Amino acid sequence: MRDDTPAVSCTGLSYSFGQTKAVDGLDLTVVSGEVFGLLGPNGAGKTTAIRCVTTLLPVPSGMVKVFGYDAATEQMAVRRLLGYVPQQLSADGGLTGRENVSLFARVFDVSRRERAARVGQALEVVGLADAADRLAATYSGGMVRRLELAQALVSSPRLLMLDEPTIGLDPIARTSVWEHILAVRAATGMTVLVTTHYMDEADQYCDRIALMHHGRVRALGTPEQLTDDLRARLGDGSSPTLEDVFRDVAGSGLNEGGGEFRDVRRTRNTASRVG
Amino acid sequence: MTGAGDFDLLLVPPRPRTGWRVLPARVTAMCVVELQKLRHDRTELYTRAVQPALWLLIFGETFTRIKVIPTGGIPYLDYLAPGIIAQSTMFIAIFYGIQIIWERDSGVLTKLLVTPTPRVALVTGKAFAAGVKAMIQAVVVVLIAALLGVSMTWNPLRLAGVIVVVLLGSAFFSCLSVTIAGIVLTRDRLMGIGQAITMPLFFASNALYPTTAMPDWLRYISVINPLSYEVDALRGLLLGIPSDLPLDFVVLFAAAAIGITAASGLLGRLAR
Repeated sequence: MRDDTPAVSCTGLSYSFGQTKAVDGLDLTVVSGEVFGLLGPNGAGKTTAIRCVTTLLPVPSGMVKVFGYDAATEQMAVRRLLGYVPQQLSADGGLTGRENVSLFARVFDVSRRERAARVGQALEVVGLADAADRLAATYSGGMVRRLELAQALVSSPRLLMLDEPTIGLDPIARTSVWEHILAVRAATGMTVLVTTHYMDEADQYCDRIALMHHGRVRALGTPEQLTDDLRARLGDGSSPTLEDVFRDVAGSGLNEGGGEFRDVRRTRNTASRVG
Repeated sequence: MTGAGDFDLLLVPPRPRTGWRVLPARVTAMCVVELQKLRHDRTELYTRAVQPALWLLIFGETFTRIKVIPTGGIPYLDYLAPGIIAQSTMFIAIFYGIQIIWERDSGVLTKLLVTPTPRVALVTGKAFAAGVKAMIQAVVVVLIAALLGVSMTWNPLRLAGVIVVVLLGSAFFSCLSVTIAGIVLTRDRLMGIGQAITMPLFFASNALYPTTAMPDWLRYISVINPLSYEVDALRGLLLGIPSDLPLDFVVLFAAAAIGITAASGLLGRLAR
């Protein structure tokens, strides 16, 4: 099919909430098949950018394309290619794990004949087969994240979009979530676009990363490229980490004005629900 | 870690439904979810039955004895029962927006908005899912009324008509609620507005007394109140008293359609 088409391409993407420019002239290309990390502090515009790609926020035509389909004019085609896990814990606690996944099989038009088997496989892949018939309200934070992954996978998306998938999880649950993401990606070859503000995760799991600050991409490359570039530039024999790269790119004032009230509140809510 | 289990099915995307088939499929999906939730937690069903039971038992029995309301010759309790069906199902629907706001805050709605589901199909699905609850409520009230000796029809065709009426009425009121949710965006404000409009909708209708007993200004309001048409249809179907069924159905269909259109238009605001 269109295999050389980029999974995501944003051209001069801008989006404002009233006076605040959340995304300000973003250019971004995600190559098909890679794990791409979008990094930045709270308020950098990561979530807004993701929401533009998912068709949740209206964008002018021509700015955002997903496998060649325009997010403004071909919304349904774009959505069929997406598996989306938002930042909040979005599984329904009043339903069992299986029912949660089954809902997404239904709304993605999985035939009745195939539904039960497909839902079963999605739960199996994320290691929830045994807990599938318990209410999601009884799941731990890491299990909910894996359930959401199953919900996204049941429709065989070509692009998996994860907004802060490990926020508020303990280190073991974080590793487990990432292992499942990578295993699925290895088996299906799907593209993964993930936002995070954990530099270590980006370093470890992403093929390429973009550092976002004030609504734009300030640096782009593989984690090694980014740290190597900074090492060459500093030339003092130190070995900088991604965090140093980020400080370098974002300059001072990294922690000032970063994150509006709404972002912070949402992050904390998610964190507290993960427990 | 992942087991080595087969996941061949997950490698092939499902074949998309197209055209008119999308709408019934999404409505079914939303209704199934609503039923599954009710199966896991039935508390709401029981607590919701208390209020209509009190209306019939206390208000209904008392006013049946004092005979002040002109009902056209039938016992007041019989006259009241369809009104209470309409009222109690409206109360459920009018707060449906709170669930939508909860789903928005929790990310459930956000995720549904990223599925190949047109906004209209999503809202229609939610409207009928609200109708599922209302239908169960209607059955409960019919049974309570039957226990209190109200003589209603058991003709299956008429009962099917009752279900359609309750579904349409609840589709309208739940969409009204989602529309308000789309404007005010927070649970607290929606709660306040919901409280403020339920009583006027109830009293400015023929649920408790015929419109002929109303002062003129109130009668005018009741003419534009869809609840009046719902009650009129329910009385006609359940009690067989004269009512304008064709007009009632037309109004209820139109109201549901307007409600769904308005709510779909505002759903985008909840996505932001």
